[in-house]
Amino acid sequence: MRRIGIVFRREFSGYFATPLAAIFLVVFLFLSSMFAFNIGGFFDRGQADLRPFFQFHPWLYLFLVPAISMRLWAEERRTGTIELIATLPLTMQDLVLGKFFAAWAFSGLALLLTVPMWWTVSFLGEPDHGVIVCSYLASWLTAGAFLAIGSAISSLTKNQVVAFVLCAAVCFLLLLSGFSVVLDFFRSWAPNMVVEGLSAIGVLTHFDSMVRGVIDLRDVLYFASLIVAFLMINTAVIDWRKAA
Amino acid sequence: MTTLIEAKDLRKKFGAIKAVNGINLNVSAGEVLGFLGPNGAGKSTTMRMLTGFLEADSGTVQLAGVALDTDPLEARRRMGYLPEGAPAYPDMRVRDFLMFIAQARGFMGSEARHRVEQVIERIHLGQVLGQTIETLSKGFKRRVGLAQAILHDPPVLILDEPTDGLDPNQKHEVRNLISEMGASQGKAIVLSTHILEEVEAVCTRAVIINKGKVVVDETPARLVARAPEESGGSALDAVFRSVTSGDLEEAGQ
Ligand SMILES: Nc1ncnc2c1ncn2[C@@H]1O[C@H](COP(=O)(O)OP(=O)(O)O)[C@@H](O)[C@H]1O
Ligand SMILES: [Mg+2]
Repeated sequence: MRRIGIVFRREFSGYFATPLAAIFLVVFLFLSSMFAFNIGGFFDRGQADLRPFFQFHPWLYLFLVPAISMRLWAEERRTGTIELIATLPLTMQDLVLGKFFAAWAFSGLALLLTVPMWWTVSFLGEPDHGVIVCSYLASWLTAGAFLAIGSAISSLTKNQVVAFVLCAAVCFLLLLSGFSVVLDFFRSWAPNMVVEGLSAIGVLTHFDSMVRGVIDLRDVLYFASLIVAFLMINTAVIDWRKAA
Repeated sequence: MTTLIEAKDLRKKFGAIKAVNGINLNVSAGEVLGFLGPNGAGKSTTMRMLTGFLEADSGTVQLAGVALDTDPLEARRRMGYLPEGAPAYPDMRVRDFLMFIAQARGFMGSEARHRVEQVIERIHLGQVLGQTIETLSKGFKRRVGLAQAILHDPPVLILDEPTDGLDPNQKHEVRNLISEMGASQGKAIVLSTHILEEVEAVCTRAVIINKGKVVVDETPARLVARAPEESGGSALDAVFRSVTSGDLEEAGQ
């Protein structure tokens, strides 16, 4: 735990050593509120809730998460610092978890900065606070799953652009497979089992049900198992080829 | 004398290239071993296996009595490592970087600060503490790498080209530091270098490798004595050239 904490602190403060953090936070705040107000019809709906705001988060993460995760390991390989940290008395798990939790905490910080939206709807009406808490959780878990995927992909290459594109592509497939338009397309000809399967592995299926305010253990487990699985892949990849 | 580094029959292949092809090394307390060889001879690969960064295809390593494969964390605690090129996080300030290393090495609170202060004093990093590593000159960057390697005062030091990129004064200073750590602090030190006079200046033992194999293992003085008679340049240069191009065996035997 202590060792993970040391890696976490270095990584987390690393976000603020460059303008990256500020740019990310501004872009996230700007895009998420723009989507909510313009496309989601935040004001027109005449309802005090944050559905239009959260609805677009998975699509935002599609571009924003790879921007964070691409450098996690690729940068260590490029600068050679992986040789330094891999020979400190830290285990691979310490490094993988420390980095992941720092990135996840950073995405959590971006979410925290949107709390004024919550105040706004509370001021305008009587929102269901339970639903909003659920939605924040859903959004944060989605970011976590994407970050774990991105971290694993980043460990495969020293090229950050490759890491970005691959991560976005994998996340896009996960989004698509739970997207109603895609599911409808399959429903017209594919056996029901295929459609059910696609929907079960799709991020949106689980995200949507949580944003509606239902905390189903299966949805939480879905995100948790994505995170665990990809962090295990991440650890195995780094162990397998540290120098490359 | 206690053997602090014990490597048996290390081998490593990259595809078809046998980068390291059966290297044995025993380094005792107080010994400073100069690791020589042409580019691509397998020096860095050997050092990476000594530090556990690379897993050997076969062979074993013991550092200060701890087997690297059975207790990697304890073995790593007992060694300091300066990787080739002295990698460090470019965005970090020197002090923060050294604090991170100190904490990762298990020092906490004031003990960590004390260790960092000590090493800063020792390596003369005072004037660049607040600078980010990417803004450092090559010499200072190398010294930061050296600082992180010796911060926890390990019995075993593995230094991959520690004086590369330093100016003559800095080289002199680093060599003094290394000799002192070997002779009076009884560490076992392995350093790789291209510079032959460095071996004469600081090493108690010279090992030349070529194509992944040890071709010479003796004291620098005896190495010089092996120099062929009418060779141009310095004696060591001549030995190095003849050994690594493969004529010495015929010529010397
Ligand atoms: N990660 C790697 N992948 C493939 N080949 C490598 C790798 N690292 C080193 N080599 C090869 O192994 C040989 C030894 O390299 P190295 O140990 O770096 O030599 P030195 O440090 O003595 O210059 C070289 O032929 C080099 O190209
Ligand atoms: Mg080398």
